[in-house]
Amino acid sequence: MWQPSPLQQQREDYRRRRARRSSLVALGSTLLVGLVLVLGVGATPGWPRVRETFFDPARGWAALPAVATGLWLNVRVMLVCGVLIAVLGLLVAVLRTLRGPVFLPVRLLATAYTDLFRGLPLLLVIFLLGFGVPALRLQGVPNDAVIWGGAALVLTYTAYVAEVFRAGIESVHPSQWAASRSLGLSYPQTLRFVVLPQAIRRVVPALLNDLVSLQKDSGLIAVLGVIDAIRAAQIETATDFNFTPYVVAGLLFVVLTIPLARLTDWVARRQGWLGATGAAR
Amino acid sequence: MHRRPTRTSTAALLSTAALLLATGACAPQDDAPAASAAATPASCTPDQLGTVKPGTFTVGTDKPAYGPWFADDEPSNGKGFESAVAYAVAGKLGYDRATVTWTVVPFTSAYAPGDKAFDVDINQVSITDARRSAVDFSSPYYSVTQTVVTTKGSPIDGVTTVAGLQGAKLAAQVGTTSYTAIQDQIRPTKTAAVYDTNDLAIQALKNGQVDGVVVDLPTGFYAVAAQLDDGVIVGQLPQGAGAADQFGMVLAQGSALTSCVSQAVDALRADGTLAGLEKTWLAGTDGAPQLS
Repeated sequence: MWQPSPLQQQREDYRRRRARRSSLVALGSTLLVGLVLVLGVGATPGWPRVRETFFDPARGWAALPAVATGLWLNVRVMLVCGVLIAVLGLLVAVLRTLRGPVFLPVRLLATAYTDLFRGLPLLLVIFLLGFGVPALRLQGVPNDAVIWGGAALVLTYTAYVAEVFRAGIESVHPSQWAASRSLGLSYPQTLRFVVLPQAIRRVVPALLNDLVSLQKDSGLIAVLGVIDAIRAAQIETATDFNFTPYVVAGLLFVVLTIPLARLTDWVARRQGWLGATGAAR
Repeated sequence: MHRRPTRTSTAALLSTAALLLATGACAPQDDAPAASAAATPASCTPDQLGTVKPGTFTVGTDKPAYGPWFADDEPSNGKGFESAVAYAVAGKLGYDRATVTWTVVPFTSAYAPGDKAFDVDINQVSITDARRSAVDFSSPYYSVTQTVVTTKGSPIDGVTTVAGLQGAKLAAQVGTTSYTAIQDQIRPTKTAAVYDTNDLAIQALKNGQVDGVVVDLPTGFYAVAAQLDDGVIVGQLPQGAGAADQFGMVLAQGSALTSCVSQAVDALRADGTLAGLEKTWLAGTDGAPQLS
C-alpha cells in the first residue's frame, strides 16, 4: 500500500499544526474583541439606561405581534412592487438601448424618465402621489394609500433598475451582437437569446441590492397613514417611551434580508452565474 | 521569523483592549445619581436651580409649533396657550422674559435617553404612568378631551354616539393619546390611519381618504376654523375609564427641577392664572357635543 514519504508526512503534520494554530488565534482574537466591546460598552455610564430603553426583552416580546403585523405589509408591498419594477425596469432599459434613428423619441423619453425619477427623492414622490392624486377627487381613481405609495415606489425604483439593466446590456461585447446578427438572428432574437441572458447574469448582485433597498423603503409609505413595521414600532414606543420595539423592527428586517441574500447566492451558483470570469472557476 | 508578527498583533490587540476599557471607565459619569440626591433644592430660585444653561430657563418644543398652543410658529412671542404657560411657569420660578430661551426639540428626542438640551419641554405631551419610567412630568397644566373632526356630508357627520363611529375610517397623529382613544374607546372595524402630523391627517380627511380625524379639542377647533373649508366637530369622546387625559411638561428623568416646576404649575392653577390663559387662548367647549 502506498504511503507518503516521511518528508511528505512531516510537511502535512506541519500544515495541520499551522492550520490548528491559525484557527485558535482567530477564535481567540474574535473572542477578545467581543469581550472588549461588551466590557467597553458595559462600562459606559449610560449603559444601564440604554439597555433598559433599547434592549428590554420583555418589552420587545410584547411589541413583536404589532411589529410583525406591520412587517407583513412591508413584505406584500415589496413582493408586488418588486415584480412590477423588474418587468418595467427591463422594458425601459431595452427601450433606451434600441438602435436606429426612428427610435429617437423612445430613447429620449426613456432617458428623461430615468433622469427625472432617479433625481427625485422617493419621499417626495410618495407625498406627491399619495396626497396629490386623491386630492384631485377623480371618479373611479382609487385613493388607497398603499396603491399610490406602491406606485411611487415602482416609479422611482424602476428608474434605478432600468439603469442597472442598461449597464448589463451595454456590458455585452459588440461582437456578440455582430455574431448573432451574422448567424441570421433578428434584432429581437439577438436581444432575447444572446444579449439579455448574459446581461441579466452580470447584474444579479446589483439587482439584489435594489431589492433589499426596496424592502426597507417599502416602509416609507407609512407617511400616507398605513402602519408598517417601523410605524408599528413607533406607536409602541410612544406608549411608554421605550425604544426596544425599534430594535425588534430592525432585527426583523435583517432576518428578512439575510435569507434573501443567501438564496440569491445559491441560485447564482446553481445556475453557474459567476459573472463574466466565472467559467475559470 | 513566523512568530514575531503574531506576537506583535496580539500585543497590539491587548493594548487596544486596555485602551478601550480605560476609555469606557473614564467616560463622563452619568449625572443622574447626583441629580436625584439634589431632587429638592432648598428654594426654587434661578441661582439654586441647576438649569442646562445657568441663569437661563430653556424650554423645548417641536417645530412647527401649532396653534392654538403657539402662534405663528414662534414660541418666544408669548402667544398661544403653551407659550403663555411656559412664560408663566418661568415667571413663578423667578425668570423674567429675557432669561427664557426656546429650543427646537422633536417629539421623539424629548424622551430619548441621554443629556437633554432643555430644562422643560412643553409639547402637548399626555401624562401616563408607562411614560414615567422614561421621563419626569410636571403637574398637569391642562386637561384635554379627544374630539372627532370631519367634513360636512361625510359618513360620520351627525353621529351622536361612540358606537356610531365604529364603521368609520379614522385617523390620528402617531404616538398620541388620540390614537390610543381610537383603539381603546372607539374600537373601529377598519384599521386606523396613522400620520406623522395632524396636518397630514387633516389633508387625508380633505382628500376623502379617511372619514374623520381624532385630535384634542383645541386642535379640533383650530382644524375646523383654520384648516378645513367645511369642517365640523362630530363631538368629544367621553373621558377614558381611568384618570383624565392631562398634558404635563416633560423633564429629564430624575431632574432636579421637577418638584420646582410642579410647584409653579400648582401655584398657577391655584391663583387662577391657568384658567385665565385657557380662556384667552383656547376656545371653550361650545359647539362640541359630548358623544354618548
